Amino acid sequence: MPVLVEEKSTQIFQKFFVFWDRVGILLAFLVVFVMFGALTPVFFHPLNILNVIRQVSIIGVIAVGMTFVILLGGIDLSVGSIVAFTGIIAAGFQVKWGGSLFLSIVVPLLIGGGIGFLNGFISTKGKLHPFIVTLGMMSIFRGATLLVAQGKPISGMSPAFRFIGAGMVGPIPFPVILFLGCVVIAGIVLKRTVFGRYIYAIGGNEEAALLSGIMVERYKISAFTLLGFLSGLSGLILTSRLNSGELVAGQGYELDVIASVVIGGTSLMGGEGGVYGTLIGALLIGVVSNGLNLLGVQPYWQMIVKGIIVIFAVLLDRLKRRFRTA
Amino acid sequence: MSDVPILHFEKLTKRFPGVLALNGVTFSIRRGEVHALVGENGAGKSTLIKIVTGVYQKTAGEIFFEGKPVNFSSPHEALKNGIAAIYQEFNLIPALTVAENIFMGHHFVTRRFFVDWNRMRKEAQELMRFLDVDIDVDQKVRDLGVAKKQVVEIAKALSHRARVLIMDEPTATLAQKEIEGLFRIIKFLKSEGVTIIYVSHRLEEIYEICNRVTVLRDGQHIATRDVQDVTMEDLIRMMVGREVVERFPRVSHTAKGEVLRVEGLTRRGVLENISFSLRKGEILGIAGMVGSGRTELLRAIYGVDPIDEGKIYIRGKEVRIRSPLDAINHGIALLPEERKVHGLVLLLSVLDNLGLPVLPLVSVRGFIQDGRLRAIAQDMVQHMNIKTPSLFQKVMYLSGGNQQKVVLGKWFARNCDIYLFDEPTRGIDVGAKVEIYHLMNRLLERGASIIMVSSELPEILAMSDRILVMREGRIVGELSREEATKEAILRLALGRREEYASVG
Repeated sequence: MPVLVEEKSTQIFQKFFVFWDRVGILLAFLVVFVMFGALTPVFFHPLNILNVIRQVSIIGVIAVGMTFVILLGGIDLSVGSIVAFTGIIAAGFQVKWGGSLFLSIVVPLLIGGGIGFLNGFISTKGKLHPFIVTLGMMSIFRGATLLVAQGKPISGMSPAFRFIGAGMVGPIPFPVILFLGCVVIAGIVLKRTVFGRYIYAIGGNEEAALLSGIMVERYKISAFTLLGFLSGLSGLILTSRLNSGELVAGQGYELDVIASVVIGGTSLMGGEGGVYGTLIGALLIGVVSNGLNLLGVQPYWQMIVKGIIVIFAVLLDRLKRRFRTA
Repeated sequence: MSDVPILHFEKLTKRFPGVLALNGVTFSIRRGEVHALVGENGAGKSTLIKIVTGVYQKTAGEIFFEGKPVNFSSPHEALKNGIAAIYQEFNLIPALTVAENIFMGHHFVTRRFFVDWNRMRKEAQELMRFLDVDIDVDQKVRDLGVAKKQVVEIAKALSHRARVLIMDEPTATLAQKEIEGLFRIIKFLKSEGVTIIYVSHRLEEIYEICNRVTVLRDGQHIATRDVQDVTMEDLIRMMVGREVVERFPRVSHTAKGEVLRVEGLTRRGVLENISFSLRKGEILGIAGMVGSGRTELLRAIYGVDPIDEGKIYIRGKEVRIRSPLDAINHGIALLPEERKVHGLVLLLSVLDNLGLPVLPLVSVRGFIQDGRLRAIAQDMVQHMNIKTPSLFQKVMYLSGGNQQKVVLGKWFARNCDIYLFDEPTRGIDVGAKVEIYHLMNRLLERGASIIMVSSELPEILAMSDRILVMREGRIVGELSREEATKEAILRLALGRREEYASVG
């Protein structure tokens, strides 16, 4: 029966795209990796590699959460401000408000989750596009950061707190363990749990998901909350590593984070992609930054290159869709 | 010159990787006729249309347009040469006016830059007068109903001086009365010498307005006949390639006991004081024009849209339904009107789609038990006779009938017993329709009850035990199986006798 033949052939196309989705980005990463290695021998030095992945972790932790939100067809621009705000709160508890390690970890995480919850709650209940809601939040919490800090960074963390961002477990930086832990857990959640499958269903067709009895709003709010929480975690890592709650912390992170997710093959239209792609996407961004640094290229150029990569990644996604529907 | 067919296909072949979508198709379309193109989904109708209009490129064979071989590389080029197509999804820009939409792509201009609004409006008005329809050309397209949007599409094609107009399922979303209006326009265009290629699953319509009919099956040309020389049974046999015993295989059941009662349900401005009851083991048909509130009623019962007043009783107990999840927990399932928009996640696999409502039942602490899910899905695929190469096939690659079976299958697994069907067989070919009816019968056998909204009168007449007729958000009548006729339904649905008379 020809209908079956058609299905088989499209299945071959699908397989090709699945293959391309996974391996395409990996190939691009390897090419860039080898290229920088060839251009600057220092690049391959283990210390540099460790440095790159430690830097990537700070962005990467957020990108894991952003993957959920983008899979739902949403977006969050407030992540950088959440990093700054939770970071300054952590620093405050470390330096000014009694120095409790427990509070300086738990409170920022809860606040991060709380801001994420607000993002999700306002955009779903108020039927607003998350773009505009989180744009507002981005400004609110940058301002709140300055307010709490009274315009000055807060420095001088305890050694225990310093471990979060600067500690090592054997040869591996602790943030890297946190990041990879998040990736693996998120991967399992997306693949194996009801929560994960419903994320794909809602992103793929919200109306169909709703009519199938899925509490769409609840899942959206959960995803934003998760992202806020992970942004808080990133705030802890950054503050710990810098040994200071900085006012400009996390500025521009939204671009790097969204770029990591999109380069990793998660569609901005929602419903397609995954967290392993995000891992590679984040690594690619990190390697490009580091490589350009080592080559002595002006930092300004990095922003330009990153922007180009993002646009290119989205173009690729678009092409993929067009080819599939043809 | 006039005996040269306006379009002639000679051994037209289109090969997609791995599929022969069209296999040496040869036939002609005469100038000024209304030519029906029929066949099951996947027969090659769409492919043929897309090649004629330059969306696809042919693999082999020839197309002769007015005797000359042509090969359009884009829809734009086809349009310039006088071949226009109107698809089910309209190509209109909602935020722009009717006049702008009609002349989209060839705006009149003055001094090269400025839109010549006056001329555009005048010409648009002239087209409306030509078609004898009452549409304000300054209105935004988004404020128009489906039927008027379709007229705008037709006017748009005419503004390009189209000599061949291809219409793909033009009546699928129209109400009975609007269909009459469309047929009037088609007959008029025909009298003006426009050739129309008419694609439809509704065979009755073909007898009403088409001169000749071409049947495609599995990418091959089966026959081209004068409509009066071929019976509907012959057509169906040629389309499916085998005998279809019964188009509407209704098994009679004995309805007993009330399962659902709705009292005074009101949703302001949409539904007004609706009361009815549904008995166990029956199909309750809901007829009415598009926009009469039929879909809205189903959505309100299902908890998608909030209700302002009214009570819902299930098996005698009053229930509050605030979300689809509540409805499902009470055993209600909705099969929405537009599968692709409301019923399926096209990007996901058959397994994922079948799993949507059942995941919580097959998971432990949030973790899905793959084995159990797969067993249920496999069971459904067999039970529903879903034709798919595997559970992991994305549903976007299934045929319409099989997609509908997936939508149905979701609820089978959930053991729902009140099914709300909204246009269950729209856009599905004859063979698959019969299968869906069989599945409905099987649901009834299992003790379920069905409310079926349908615009296809033969379907609603043949399959329902009782029929409620809606108009302007109210129930205006109930007909028993014995009382129900096409005329009786239309009389109630339209309200006024004289209006009914004009519909015939």
